[in-house]
Amino acid sequence: MQLFRAFLLRLATTAVTLIGVAVIVFVVIRVVPGNPIAMMLPPGATEADIARLTAQYGLDKSIPAQFLIWCQGVVQGDFGTSITSNQPVLRLVLGRLPATLELSIMALVIAVVIGGAIALTGTRNRGTKVEAALDVGNGMALSVPDFLWGLVLILIFGVLWPVFHISGRVTPSLELPFTTDFYLFESVLRLRFDLWADIVSHMFMPALALAIPLAAIIGQLLKQSLKETMHLDYVTLARTKGYGENHVITREALPNAILPTLTLVGVQFTFLIGGTVIIERLFSYEGLGNMAIDAVINRDLPLIQGIVILFAAIFTAVNLIVDLSYALLNPRLRHGQ
Amino acid sequence: MSFLKITGLSARLKGTAFPILRDVSLEVAAGEVHGLVGESGAGKSMIGKAVLGILPASVEITRGAIELDGMDLLSLPPAERRRRIGATAALIPQDPLTALNPSRRIGPQVTDRLVDILGWPRARAETRARELLAEVHIPDPERVMRSYPHELSGGMRQRILIASAFAAEPKLIVADEPTTALDVTVQKQILKLIAEMQARHGTALLFVTHDLGVVSKVCQSLSVLYGGKVMEATTVRDFFRQPAHGYSRALLAATPKYTDPAASLTPVPDAVIAAVQAEIAAHDRSLRHG
Amino acid sequence: MASNSGTDGRSQIRRRVGLKLWLSAGWLGVLVLAALLAPWIAPQDPLAQDLFLGRLPPVWQQGAEPGFWLGTDSLGRDVLSRILYGARLALIVALVAGSLTCLIGASLGLMAGFLRGWVDVVISRAIDIWMAFPPVLFSILLIAVMGPGLVSIILAIVVIDWTRFARVVRAEAMAQGAMDYVASAQVAGRGRVSTMLTEILPNVLPTIVVLLTLEMGIAVIVEAILSFVNLSISTDDPTWGGMIAEGRTSIHQAWWVLIFPLVTLFLTVLSFSQLGEGLKDRFDPVLR
Ligand SMILES: Nc1ncnc2c1ncn2[C@@H]1O[C@H](COP(=O)(O)OP(=O)(O)O)[C@@H](O)[C@H]1O
Ligand SMILES: [Mg+2]
Repeated sequence: MQLFRAFLLRLATTAVTLIGVAVIVFVVIRVVPGNPIAMMLPPGATEADIARLTAQYGLDKSIPAQFLIWCQGVVQGDFGTSITSNQPVLRLVLGRLPATLELSIMALVIAVVIGGAIALTGTRNRGTKVEAALDVGNGMALSVPDFLWGLVLILIFGVLWPVFHISGRVTPSLELPFTTDFYLFESVLRLRFDLWADIVSHMFMPALALAIPLAAIIGQLLKQSLKETMHLDYVTLARTKGYGENHVITREALPNAILPTLTLVGVQFTFLIGGTVIIERLFSYEGLGNMAIDAVINRDLPLIQGIVILFAAIFTAVNLIVDLSYALLNPRLRHGQ
Repeated sequence: MSFLKITGLSARLKGTAFPILRDVSLEVAAGEVHGLVGESGAGKSMIGKAVLGILPASVEITRGAIELDGMDLLSLPPAERRRRIGATAALIPQDPLTALNPSRRIGPQVTDRLVDILGWPRARAETRARELLAEVHIPDPERVMRSYPHELSGGMRQRILIASAFAAEPKLIVADEPTTALDVTVQKQILKLIAEMQARHGTALLFVTHDLGVVSKVCQSLSVLYGGKVMEATTVRDFFRQPAHGYSRALLAATPKYTDPAASLTPVPDAVIAAVQAEIAAHDRSLRHG
Repeated sequence: MASNSGTDGRSQIRRRVGLKLWLSAGWLGVLVLAALLAPWIAPQDPLAQDLFLGRLPPVWQQGAEPGFWLGTDSLGRDVLSRILYGARLALIVALVAGSLTCLIGASLGLMAGFLRGWVDVVISRAIDIWMAFPPVLFSILLIAVMGPGLVSIILAIVVIDWTRFARVVRAEAMAQGAMDYVASAQVAGRGRVSTMLTEILPNVLPTIVVLLTLEMGIAVIVEAILSFVNLSISTDDPTWGGMIAEGRTSIHQAWWVLIFPLVTLFLTVLSFSQLGEGLKDRFDPVLR
């Protein structure tokens, strides 16, 4: 009951946050000097043409009025029309969302695997040179953002030892039988492992770049939390039962050590999603972020707005999911204590 | 035939000369209850931990031998030693609130050793766990086995830990101050329960306590420790009748009424401590030269 | 007893922390010198184009020209000279944007954390909303709105990153405000603002200094990202991000155009961050 009330409160603050984001974007992009409509018409268009088109996009009204119109549209699932491509924003954005989601989730999986391995290895070898070396590596990985790791990966695996693709989402010459935009998932469902391999080979470098800082954070936090847990009485009791180090770390300590790491990973995952914007640009990966930068450069106001709101919605959704899973995973909270 | 035999065991703080245990020898016969008494910091827990192979990483054994059921523990490879200890000995821990894994249900925590280490079929282990929980007077064992630790009281959890310790029919149980973390009212019940279980299963018991009143009730023999050294090892009867060592006498005198478990230890006189420390220093010197 | 090995370990950590600090500070010192002395030490004019000298490799490779130590880009501009001049923009942005962000963010955080009440509500809500923005996209958007240029970059960084300071300083100020000595200062009849400045601020200052150092590294990265998407200052002026963008496109023909600015940027960001971490360890009375 208490949990439910807290959940409702969270939903309310989430709504307030999203509205705040919408207002800010709305105001910011309408301060743009120069009329974006004038730029999209061919030379020789008359003032009347410009005025007609401006009115069509609703850009002649006051900003609050525009915001209300926009909100009415959003409620009906209409996010406006892209100025550059003349297509509904919602369609464009939903077309690119799967690419970005697949990339983010792949990055998260890589980060969890690497970070988990670092934490477990570090705990297994605590107090030795191995742990010290892992700490140094972690510190480096944490200090340098995904953008630079992306460039480093491009140099290493794109040029010096070219084993991965460093640009695009899939080799353009390939025939794609997909009906959805979730290429990675659909290729598995259709058992087209040739396509799957090609997609993964494109995705791996940007995903790894996004994953490196998060992996370091997971490695550091989880290791610290594991090491603290290893001193607890129930771990010692398990040792007296005849269990070895590996079992004790993974079965007794890990389930309890994961919880404190989880909330932080949630916040960090939103940072990772934010990082897709520049990483997609860097690897010419056709996702939301790449589209967003194009939209900004082309001053495509409705599209920018749609993308930023969508990003904000994803961020808040991730935070909500993390809080919920925290409550569900913690037996103490689950039983209402 | 002694079931547990410790000979000349010395341990120190790793990388230093700071002694934790000094030339400790003691024997516990099969089915016997042996008390380890002494003030806080005397090294009682360290002996129990050494026997069970769970010494902290900061403590290293420098010499001596631990023989459990005829096996020389310290000469076994670590994995083998762990398995043997798990199969023949068990621990009743001090604090029931921290000794159960909060994210695992009770059932698996009682049965895991039976299934994973001793290779029992799961169904048989679960039946055994239910019987044991009933034996330690837990109502509705079925429900308790599905519970998480935080849903149960401290006394309840200590009963579960006792049941879990007896699950594999170990020949030796180390009980490290099993009642100090409990309410005074619960302490008596738990103490009675341990004595009752020990008698029924005929298990040897290494009973760590600082409470001489408890020793007089449950133990047959005892070792008195100070500064990691055994000052006196004798039977309970002789100890209370005619304590041989000056420190033992001071300890006894400091317990105003050892039949009263609630009475706490009052400090041992400084003069006695000084004498004991001189004795330990002499002993250390003889070890170094001998 | 236990202190024996403890002191050893601790002094070892100290030494390692010290080394990190000195290496980072050393690299940043070199960078400052390079930026200040660029006109005198740069071997070439960073803007001079010569298509006949395009994509020259570094001097130790075949086909190099003397005087172009680290090679040239596709327009024949000297890579080393452009890196040296690029340090100017990077450091100006780090210094100015970092300090401004710090000033604004820390002030807001201090006010929210100490004054509480509606001030805290407003600032905290704003922080929540800010946290829901993808920062890179937000900065690109701001630059697109304000137009490229040094002032825009700095403003964009301030507008986006003030929350980093505000969040941490707010929490610290709240913790400090709950302590006894603050209460006794208030009892002694001092005003709230005066208490805030004389009792709270000095105690959160170490945290602020650490955050500022970290923020400078972030500012350098943001500038590089903005010039990478071609939204920084005028496209001719040498920026590390611009050089990296150029290097990215000609990576298969001329790896040196990417690698040298990249290494410079990498070391700079790493140094700011290690300096911040090192300072944190120094200030922390209980070493981790
Ligand atoms: N984890 C540890 N690492 C190193 N020394 C310890 C540790 N725990 C206890 N000691 C030291 O070992 C000695 C004996 O402790 P212990 O056996 O726990 O005493 P007690 O008789 O109260 O059970 C004490 O001097 C104590 O300071
Ligand atoms: Mg003890």
